[in-house]
Amino acid sequence: MQDFLGLDAVTLARIQFGFTVSFHFIFPSFTIGLASYLAVLNALWLKTRDETYLRLFRYWVKIFAIVFAMGVVSGIVMSYQFGTNWSVFSDKAGPVIGPLMAYEVLTAFFLEAGFLGIMLFGRSKVGEGLHMFATAMVAVGTAISATWILSVNSWMQTPQGFTIGENGQYLPADWMQIIFNPSFPYRLAHALTASYLTTALVVGGVGAWHLLRGRSRNTGVRVMFSMAMWMAAVVAPLQIFIGDQHGLNTLEHQPMKVAAMEGHFESHPDGAPLILFGLPDQDAQTVRYKIEVPKLSSLILTHSWDGALSGLDAVPRDQQPPVAIVFWSFRIMVGLGFLMMGVGLWSLWARWRGTLYDARWLHRLAVVMGPSGFVAVIAGWITTEVGRQPWVIYGHLATADSHSPLDAAAVGTSLIAFVVVYFLLFGSGVAYILRLMSKPPEPREARLKDGAGPMHAAGLGAVHGESSERGTAQ
Amino acid sequence: MLTDLTVIWALLLALSVFIYVVLDGFDLGIGILYPLFPKKKDRDLLMNAVAPVWDGNETWLVLGGGGLMAAFPLAYAVLLPALYPPIIIMLLALVFRGVAFEFRWRASSAFTRRAWDASFFWGSLLAALMQGITLGALLQGIRVEGRAYAGGWWDWLTPFTLLTGVAVACGYALLGTCYLNWKIEGDIQTRVRHLARRLGVATMAFIVAVSLATPFLAGEYYLRWFTWPSMLVAAPVPILLGLIALGFARSLFAQGRDWLPFLLALAMFALCFLGLGLSIWPNVIPPSITIWDAASPHSSQVFMLWGAGIMLPIILGYTAYAYYVFRGKLDPEEGYH
Ligand code: HDD
Ligand code: HEM
Ligand code: HEM
Repeated sequence: MQDFLGLDAVTLARIQFGFTVSFHFIFPSFTIGLASYLAVLNALWLKTRDETYLRLFRYWVKIFAIVFAMGVVSGIVMSYQFGTNWSVFSDKAGPVIGPLMAYEVLTAFFLEAGFLGIMLFGRSKVGEGLHMFATAMVAVGTAISATWILSVNSWMQTPQGFTIGENGQYLPADWMQIIFNPSFPYRLAHALTASYLTTALVVGGVGAWHLLRGRSRNTGVRVMFSMAMWMAAVVAPLQIFIGDQHGLNTLEHQPMKVAAMEGHFESHPDGAPLILFGLPDQDAQTVRYKIEVPKLSSLILTHSWDGALSGLDAVPRDQQPPVAIVFWSFRIMVGLGFLMMGVGLWSLWARWRGTLYDARWLHRLAVVMGPSGFVAVIAGWITTEVGRQPWVIYGHLATADSHSPLDAAAVGTSLIAFVVVYFLLFGSGVAYILRLMSKPPEPREARLKDGAGPMHAAGLGAVHGESSERGTAQ
Repeated sequence: MLTDLTVIWALLLALSVFIYVVLDGFDLGIGILYPLFPKKKDRDLLMNAVAPVWDGNETWLVLGGGGLMAAFPLAYAVLLPALYPPIIIMLLALVFRGVAFEFRWRASSAFTRRAWDASFFWGSLLAALMQGITLGALLQGIRVEGRAYAGGWWDWLTPFTLLTGVAVACGYALLGTCYLNWKIEGDIQTRVRHLARRLGVATMAFIVAVSLATPFLAGEYYLRWFTWPSMLVAAPVPILLGLIALGFARSLFAQGRDWLPFLLALAMFALCFLGLGLSIWPNVIPPSITIWDAASPHSSQVFMLWGAGIMLPIILGYTAYAYYVFRGKLDPEEGYH
């Protein structure tokens, strides 16, 4: 097989898939949370008629529209990447995962896309009630979409409910077993919570930034910061709990992934230490310079000081995942998780002392932690996906046997094109978002005084882009 | 035959590809027309004509891809590697064009706005060309060994596929003008009407050219179109097409009923689509993979049929509602506050 820049076609296809899906997931991990946040804001506006909520809705919906568009276009790429990069896998697993993804399109993508236009442009065309309904449908759609795709991914991690046909295809035998495979509930809960947390940290970071700039009299700024901090305080500890449960489930079904996360090259029949840090050296099958707490890993994973844990030495060398990547990405995720909980607890303390809007160090920390959700999410996915190597369908189909019959040159060229285009376009998108975020949510003075009325003026031109929801409040 | 789920799935998939072609066709077409409307004001209007619906239109493409993988996994696994370069270019083009919808309004200088205009135009044009090339490559046949693509790197690039590429781009532009004719009034409507006439003639010419070339690609197509009795099924298609083309031309010269040219253009597309279907049936990948070779197992087909049967009517319902909400002519004066 020829090479491209020293890499073979399979490696390039893996890099390309990992790159495009990581980029894609950055957007949904924000829109899933933001869509729900917008639905809540809109509902609060309808219920209380407090202009602050409408102002916040208008502020965040502009950002949402940009992120959503980037999520859609990068997602369309994903739905073809299975075929372009993993055609053997697609042929074999298509009968099982194809229908799940078709359900995702039918039950989620159309729902989001169909109501998005009304949510963005239609408030004055359809009235407040239907507009609320459309907003809720977009939020529900994002969550349904996550549900199906995570079911697909979980089936690949913990496959069940199928038989293998004469032509080598995986044939579905029991759809309930396929959809509700063992790791699915944990992965769904953990990934959805991750999206809410990610959104809370972004919203909190933006709020904190404006507080630091002395805008604490702007009620919009205060409300968004306060809401975000409540969310972080409640959801971060929950996420750590769910993550722990997820890990226990992984230990049951993919013990070698957990061994790689923990850096356990050797098996520990009577109590494994928790390695806090160290440098995994896979060639030497050991972790160098490690700092460890005796027996703690067994306590966390088996709930007993002397619980036995098998290490990577339980499988041949070529069935071990790349340990260093999994080891480090797992630590990044967990470390950030605890930091997020720290932010949440600190905000509770400040709130209790009545200094939530004046605690400058809290605000500084919140600004720094603004993007941390994205980092944790990507780190978590890398743990998950690299930790399942060398398998695509865990224990059944090896990654090396599932790629497309492509030349390295073709995959390499397209990989470069993806990298250039994604950084260029999505980089611009991020710049536009940051610019929107750098302005505080301003009230729309007289325009809003009498509720929905004046919006009709803007709303008549609602189809004209810069209109009711997005335009005017530039 | 209709109790054969494989046939039902082939028809359903063909239907969703057709819906994609006409819906995204007009919205890609509007992008292709961009250079003809250099004024910012006109461009705002053009983009606003599709802004609330483009995402829904493109979702049909996702259904096409996902549905193909689910219902005919072998076809998905052969087609995408075979057409790797045009598919990747199409995806990247759609990225360029999709982000323009949002970024264009955020641009802070005339330069960046023009950059997003360019990205909208080139993205739309390249996506249309690549879709046409994909169609042509499928028609001319794909080499398969075992369960995998066995052809070369550049097999997809031939004079015939270039012809189909340009033909599809031209047809999309035509749909774009017809849609604009329906949604826009005043001076700019007069201009799109003029354009529609010229594009209509060009599209008909391309249809004739592709139709004349297709039967000679492979012996089987020839037999299907020019021998008795299969001619009996095939012959009405071009005859009907000719009649509709006449009606289309008349509707463009008549006043009023601004929706009619769009509807007739859709009918023209539908007949072309039917003609293509008649050519390749019952293959999903000519010349060697039939729909039955590529079909998913029965349990996958049944499971999905529930989803499609329940969801498709609902989807068509709320999609129609979304179009209904944004019905009527756009007002250019309201375009940019
Ligand atoms: C804001 C994001 C975030 C945060 C703070 C955490 N995670 Fe996480 N984690 C994810 C976001 C995430 C994720 C991106 O959503 C993953 C990737 C796949 C998945 O299901 O969730 C994930 C995967 C993942 C896995 C891999 C499971 C598998 O592949 O089988 C484990 C064991 C944990 N997490 C455990 C934790 C623990 C113990 C945390 C506590 C500190 C934690 N996560 C915080
Ligand atoms: C839930 C939907 C997802 C599915 C169905 C999925 C599926 C796949 C498949 C088929 C591969 C290639 C085979 C392999 O290398 O094992 C892969 C690899 C990979 N995925 Fe995912 N993935 C999903 C989500 C994600 C996300 C959100 C990320 C974000 C970081 C991600 C990161 C990666 C990486 C980095 C690889 C390369 C691993 C390697 O080859 O070493 N995946 N995934
Ligand atoms: C390899 C796996 C994946 C594929 C094939 C895929 C495919 C897609 C596609 C085609 C879209 C655009 C839909 C539209 O037209 O509206 C999309 C958007 C979306 N995807 Fe993915 N996706 C993948 C991974 C993920 C993961 C891991 C999640 C969540 C856990 C996710 C959640 C979403 C959501 C919520 C959207 C809506 C758009 C947005 O919010 O930005 N996807 N995806």
